[in-house]
Amino acid sequence: MSQNLYVVRSSAVAARKLGAEMLIMSGRDSTLFTLDEVATIIWESASGLVTLEEIIALKICPEYDVEHAVAVRDAETMAEELAKHGIMHISRGPIFDSEAPIGATR
Amino acid sequence: MSGLLQEIASKALGLGTPLSVHLDITYRCNERCVHCYLDHQDHGELTTREIKNLLAQLAEAGVFFLTLSGGEILLRKDFFEILTYARRLTFCVKLKSNAIMIQEPEARRIRDLGVESIQVSIYSHRPEVHDGITKIQGSLKRSVDAIRFLKSYGLKVIIANVLMSQNRQDYPGVRALAAELGVECTLDPTVTPKMDGDRSVLSLNVDSASLEQVFRDQALFGNVSATCAPSTEPDDADMGSLPCSAGHTSCYISPYGDVYPCVQFPLPSGNIRSHRFLDIWQNSAQLKDVRSIRLRDLTSCSNCVHGSACTRCPGLAYLEGNMRGPSIQDCEKSFARTGVPSENLLSRKASAGSLVQIQGAS
Repeated sequence: MSQNLYVVRSSAVAARKLGAEMLIMSGRDSTLFTLDEVATIIWESASGLVTLEEIIALKICPEYDVEHAVAVRDAETMAEELAKHGIMHISRGPIFDSEAPIGATR
Repeated sequence: MSGLLQEIASKALGLGTPLSVHLDITYRCNERCVHCYLDHQDHGELTTREIKNLLAQLAEAGVFFLTLSGGEILLRKDFFEILTYARRLTFCVKLKSNAIMIQEPEARRIRDLGVESIQVSIYSHRPEVHDGITKIQGSLKRSVDAIRFLKSYGLKVIIANVLMSQNRQDYPGVRALAAELGVECTLDPTVTPKMDGDRSVLSLNVDSASLEQVFRDQALFGNVSATCAPSTEPDDADMGSLPCSAGHTSCYISPYGDVYPCVQFPLPSGNIRSHRFLDIWQNSAQLKDVRSIRLRDLTSCSNCVHGSACTRCPGLAYLEGNMRGPSIQDCEKSFARTGVPSENLLSRKASAGSLVQIQGAS
């Protein structure tokens, strides 16, 4: 079941789009990640002011042949994984301060 | 290079994306290292505004890894303004500094700005040797103090140890110092010519016996017999391979806006004061020329037994007069590593021999 999460990109990471993928370097431990095309769209939309469900509904489902519930579940798993590395922050409410340092609790 | 990084570099190459840029923001320096390749006079550095404009262009071009270096980067009063702007553009920023101006507040600011790593030059663990090379008394202590500040803020610090005749015996001491400080250490046994082509500093290079000793040091290379094994003849794949990333997925920009394939490859390829960066990157005749070079095009190297394993630097070859030619410094390294002379060393020896015969006949 969806948790209706808000997500925001950490400002402490390095990120650049290469083709359709996103390169991300964690500021915490210099781990390098690449996000695929769909994850990149979610990353770019993670402003802290819209929920993952809304991102999936507005940006993913119209473009890709995927069920909304399945896509939300996958996106939540991805967001939680990225949060573990400090490159995305997750909250149950809107996030207005995207400048919070890595590891800040919300 | 990690597998993922290799994959990313290969993708960048296919897309024609400049993945990495090394930007020197000043050539001014507060040390006077005996082996330095730079002219420290300011001949008209890019302004803060020009650098910010350049950084925006680099981000737009797809640059991910940005190395800010010099000269001494902290001599620019706008250094933190430049760094803040670079991080706002989400570059993965690496810094190179002698660190002697870094104290606790600077270390904290660098940490807060999310810098990936900072490389600090340390030439010896002995003050008399390090300070003798930098020509600044007390510089070793100040650099080491700075490393402690940076480490205390959790920053990744890399000690860069350039080996030359003055400090040829000191690298184990520098490595021990790095271990004590809890930082990485790299060793480079190559003093390079000055950017204006002056080769006088090459006399500081370590002799072949010291070079051989380095390559046979198990603490550095682990499996020495594998490292020093004679190379295999280059095959078809090697013949079609690229010499290095210079001009392909990376380039260098000077404090005056000159674009070169690499900091060690000063082939003028355009200036960002007269052209947009992407225009230079995509259309420079010089960069296109560099990109056209494959191992099979290299005179003597394509016939050399070290062809597949040589660390030949095209920039050093360029500074020797031909970017499609060999780099004698890398030939010497291959020889020190394996004991097998390169094609270039053999032909030099042969021509030196015939010269003696001519003299004898006359």
